[in-house]
Amino acid sequence: MNETAPIISIRGVTKRFGPVTAVDDVSLDIRPNEFFALLGPSGCGKTTLLRMLAGLEVPSAGAILIDGHDVTGVPPNRRPVNMVFQSYAVFPHMSVFDNVAYGLRVVKTPAGEIEPRVREALAMTQLEGLAARKPDQLSGGQRQRVALARALVKRPKVLLLDEPLSALDAKLREAMQLELVRLQHSVGITFIIVTHDQNEALSMANRIAVMEAGQIRQVARPAELYEYPNCRFVADFIGKMNLFEGRVVACEDARVHIEVKGVGRLALPADQIVAPAPGSEVGVAVRPEKIRLHREPAPEGRVRLRGRVSEVAYFGDASHVYLVLEGGPKISANLQNEARTAVPGVVAGDELWCSWDPNDTLVLTR
Amino acid sequence: MSGEAVDTGLSPAPVAAADRPGTRLNRRRRQRLPIGPLEYTRHWWLRLIVAVTFALLYAPILTLIAFSFNNSRRNIVWRGFTFKYYEKAWHNDSLIDAFTNSLTIALINTVIATVLGVLVAIFLWRFRFPGKPVYEGFMALPIVIPEICMGVAMMAFFARIGWPRDLPWPLSLSSITIAHVAFSFPFVAVIVRARLVGFNRELEEAAYDLGAGQWQAMRDIVLPYLRPGIIAGALIAFTLSLDDFVITFFTAGPETITLPVKIFSMVRFSVTPEVNAASTVLILITIVATVLAMRMQTPSRSEGGG
Amino acid sequence: MDSWRKNPVVFWALNLPPTIWLVVFFIIPLGLIWVISFGEKRGVVDIEITWTLDNYLRALDPLYLGIFWKSIWMAFLATVVCLIVGYPVAFAIAFAPSRWKPLLLLGLMVPFWINILIRTYALIAVFRTRGYVNFTLEWLWEKAHAALTLIGIDPTWLLGARFDPLQLLYNNFAVNLGIVYAFFPFMVLPLYANIEKLDRTYMEASLDLGAGHWRTFISVVLPLTWHGALSGIIIVFIPALGAFFIPDLLGGTDSQLIGNVIERQFKSANDWPFGAALSFLLMYATFGALALRSLIAGRKQGLEI
Repeated sequence: MNETAPIISIRGVTKRFGPVTAVDDVSLDIRPNEFFALLGPSGCGKTTLLRMLAGLEVPSAGAILIDGHDVTGVPPNRRPVNMVFQSYAVFPHMSVFDNVAYGLRVVKTPAGEIEPRVREALAMTQLEGLAARKPDQLSGGQRQRVALARALVKRPKVLLLDEPLSALDAKLREAMQLELVRLQHSVGITFIIVTHDQNEALSMANRIAVMEAGQIRQVARPAELYEYPNCRFVADFIGKMNLFEGRVVACEDARVHIEVKGVGRLALPADQIVAPAPGSEVGVAVRPEKIRLHREPAPEGRVRLRGRVSEVAYFGDASHVYLVLEGGPKISANLQNEARTAVPGVVAGDELWCSWDPNDTLVLTR
Repeated sequence: MSGEAVDTGLSPAPVAAADRPGTRLNRRRRQRLPIGPLEYTRHWWLRLIVAVTFALLYAPILTLIAFSFNNSRRNIVWRGFTFKYYEKAWHNDSLIDAFTNSLTIALINTVIATVLGVLVAIFLWRFRFPGKPVYEGFMALPIVIPEICMGVAMMAFFARIGWPRDLPWPLSLSSITIAHVAFSFPFVAVIVRARLVGFNRELEEAAYDLGAGQWQAMRDIVLPYLRPGIIAGALIAFTLSLDDFVITFFTAGPETITLPVKIFSMVRFSVTPEVNAASTVLILITIVATVLAMRMQTPSRSEGGG
Repeated sequence: MDSWRKNPVVFWALNLPPTIWLVVFFIIPLGLIWVISFGEKRGVVDIEITWTLDNYLRALDPLYLGIFWKSIWMAFLATVVCLIVGYPVAFAIAFAPSRWKPLLLLGLMVPFWINILIRTYALIAVFRTRGYVNFTLEWLWEKAHAALTLIGIDPTWLLGARFDPLQLLYNNFAVNLGIVYAFFPFMVLPLYANIEKLDRTYMEASLDLGAGHWRTFISVVLPLTWHGALSGIIIVFIPALGAFFIPDLLGGTDSQLIGNVIERQFKSANDWPFGAALSFLLMYATFGALALRSLIAGRKQGLEI
């Protein structure tokens, strides 16, 4: 996996704004041709990290290497990366053509070269025919394409995208997600996208770094991130999760015994866990869609719990069922509405069993 | 009255236009539409207040303008239309001199005040430094202190440092011009800064990101964005200078009189149609300049690519 | 915003020219006047700086104190009139149909562009004894006279034998009117800006909850647009306080305001130290008004939090 040299290498980078540490000792390698996502809640430092890659912020400590060269102190206009800004920052007083040509003109590209390159970039982003328009005559989606074309025409080694889809409505956002992936394939360069929308990150990126409080919590492929989160924050941030607090009682026979408050003792396979020491506090988590509901006691070999339905939330394709377990805690389960008649199967007040495969349980030490 | 024409024009008019009762009925029904909760301007009392206010605001000015064309020295009753007093004003050398002085001062003031104002605006927008609130307070002083205080201060200042009073013509206006710049450039700064508040910093960053240096980004992105603000600021500087009476009154020498000062001295002695004519010209210039400024501010011109 | 240390060349290039201009041609002249206010007049142009307080003490003379008080009272009165008339007008413009709004705004701003001196002069033509207000009143008097004669009542008893033109100029009323007329647009524009910004749903909510229009105005519109009113009050009050050609042209012998006294010290009486002391007192009054405003604005914010 690691035979290719990273296109971007972030080494121990810290950024402080006065007393606030926005990015805290982050190290990260990004490989060529990756579609990489920086995901996290607002204020986690992801945008600051991206702006340091672009050169718009200077790190307080650490180094940034692009394609093997240290660019830590290099100003933004001398870096081989370009950015699509959150507001798109399409120059309002220039036509679409002039916007795209601007980056070529300021570096004194020969005049004969500008026109074909701009046309090519406009074609790539499906903006042919809009070259003479002013930004105020464009829709939000078109403006974003201009921002993309303007960055891509520079043939950067890396394209940086700061929340590129947040200003678009839901329908357009979905279409643009597919388009960005297609574009990344066709230009064959690294895309780094900053987003707070997990669906966006999961559906577009090859790899995702989840950030919180200026630090990277986990870097993984989308499926790995979803199924094997390495800490409570990531487990809770990505998708829905039932999360309980527990204490490790014993480790024996490749099984970990955990006492979960209000649930009881669970025996879980130890293979996927970095053997927690007995006595340590851990989080026990299971995703709602992994849970089955039964009228009768569930089969042996599964984790089984009894509870009463408190609420059912209907979402069309699925329903979320909330159970109050006998011991007190709440748990939610997904019920796929597979057939029309399946809809009202469960109502509030029902006494049910829920169960899940012990292998689907996550034990989180952090 | 004229409402009928509008009504018949809008509706497909099943009733013949000549059928007056029909249109009457139509109109009456429309007027009886209940007034919406926030349609305050449809209440007669508010209309009356606005109408009276505007009438009071305009009556004196319109009378002044109308009587600059009145063929009567005593200027009480209308005696027919004439340009006589404009001609008289045109041949009044001291009036024309004052007018030339005013325009010259206003033009030089506009150039210097605009440059200084834009510098201050960009400076305050761009930089953070210790003592900034104090600096901003000092910049606002010429705007807030009473004009007469500034006027007497400038008078004392030029007298004390012995600013030469007998310079050849354009230089003889230097003391007035200097005073005008000092009070008008903070206004330019306020206007340009207001425009900068709405500036999306990402536009400038995008320029850096695309390869532009600091001065290129300033020239290509920030200044074009500021252009409406700069034009508006320049025209404000122009009208402030052209209109200023108080500060000029204190800094002007006997040989360097501006139009407002001249009008003041004429008004003090008598009310003549000549004053009306001169005033009308000044009113016309300021209004044209301001209307121009407003029209130039609307972005309609598109620059061709390539 | 960048720290100034990041780019000292640009920092100084941007700030030196305007700063120098302001210091040399504004701060130093003011400082000079301040120093002169502690001086003594020795000859026609000779002033010796003796750091005496006599000039300020002289301003405490009942004559000048009275003029000061009168200036403040006149400015206050004019501000109140502007505020009372300005609110409904600003309100009407803000709620006017969109095709009327720019016209009304323009209509309000055009007089604002016209030289205040000329507008003051225009008032003279309308208000003098042989002016249009009196002509209109005379015409009305004649009509009433004729009407009364027609129905058989002797008009002399009610209306007098002859129409007496009202003395509308050269008194305090005229000065006040002139100040209101000159600075009225200064009041309406900030008021309009604030009312325009006001979210209409607040008013709709108030109406929906059962308040009448008057109540809505008092409890919702007024508190939420008070900041605009405050700016308006300040930008009317300050120039009104320092006005000197309006009382000069419209006022009578008893209409002298502080501005006229200052002007006289510099232009005819040639007593610069006393004039300087008076202008500094005027400036302190101005700063007092500004401080009062920020105090009120600040306390209001404190309440909101």
